[in-house]
Amino acid sequence: MNVTDIIEGCYQLMEGDFTNAGVASSELKSILTKLGVPLDIVRRTAIAAFEAEMNVIIHGVAGTMHYAISETEVRITFTDMGPGIENIELAMKEGYSTAPDWVREMGWGAGMGLPNIKKNTDEMKIDSAVGEGTTLEITIKLRKDAPC
Amino acid sequence: MEISKIVELLNGQLVVHGSNKTVEIETVCSTDLMSDVLRFATKGTLLVTALNQAQVIRTAEIADIPAVIMVMGKAIEKELTELAEKKDITLISTNLPTFTTCGILYAEGLIGCLEGQ
Amino acid sequence: MLKVNNVVEKLGFEIKIKGDIEKEVTGCYISDLLSDVMAKSKDGELWITLQTHPNIVAVAVVKGISAIIITNNRDPEPETAKKAETENITILKTERTTFETAGMIYTLLKSENIL
Repeated sequence: MNVTDIIEGCYQLMEGDFTNAGVASSELKSILTKLGVPLDIVRRTAIAAFEAEMNVIIHGVAGTMHYAISETEVRITFTDMGPGIENIELAMKEGYSTAPDWVREMGWGAGMGLPNIKKNTDEMKIDSAVGEGTTLEITIKLRKDAPC
Repeated sequence: MEISKIVELLNGQLVVHGSNKTVEIETVCSTDLMSDVLRFATKGTLLVTALNQAQVIRTAEIADIPAVIMVMGKAIEKELTELAEKKDITLISTNLPTFTTCGILYAEGLIGCLEGQ
Repeated sequence: MLKVNNVVEKLGFEIKIKGDIEKEVTGCYISDLLSDVMAKSKDGELWITLQTHPNIVAVAVVKGISAIIITNNRDPEPETAKKAETENITILKTERTTFETAGMIYTLLKSENIL
């Protein structure tokens, strides 16, 4: 595969920046739609990306979202400087949340983020350590027969 | 059910009229939690919410939700309206509370979203 | 008069925490935003929500909620369940969505002339 076959992009994400939360996912969604990716795959990708964006904005202090779209898949990597995830297994349970109360009043923090991401992606890798931040890498296949 | 009928039933106001004038609503999702919209709402669902934040429109766009009903006569900030216009999402306002809004739409035959449950 | 246990029987909710199920039901309020419930809900109302964290119990106590109904097959968190037991607050569970639950309760309350 040629380097030119991959479309990449990168966004800065800031904690508490609810005004711009979702802009990155929304743009990625537009790009995938324009590329003719099947709509159900676009939807799953957008949902997963949005949840991951919100996680950084709610917990992450500051971070980035980087995407790479190839012929067979879209890979999105979220890196943040937040507190890290103490117990990843627990964080994967629906309803488990470490979000402060004010976030709940903004419509988030219900503990659905990571489970929602897992549900909508083909591969999900989390690398996190308390005090060192989190890297989340998600992969969505663009074709049913594509190898992962 | 068409948007115009929904507005009439809820004695509501069409704040932003999306360009898809013929969209037919069959399912309704009622929640103030955006992650639950992402988890449970199916494409083409109507969202009933009291969360009057721009986040609602961003979530609606991501989840392919064509129309949002803002209940309880909640103030709708200009930023929200502008975003709805930009993203082509229909925005309806009603003074009715969530419970009455859902009750009326349910009585008219609309159903909830079941995908993913 | 319609009581919590009547609603449970007629509509098939699961009782997760049994508080005062003889309490009269005066109406129904739906919200996932605690500030809205604090501002607008009335004594004796059922409260339908997706929130499962312990704060919902405190709100229910203060506002005289007759029962909390958690939808979409969610369970109250362990801490929430404990608090509800201590405070004698009924928590019900249903696998139905908030919309469907609201619709069924609306139909019931109308037939009982409560609405």
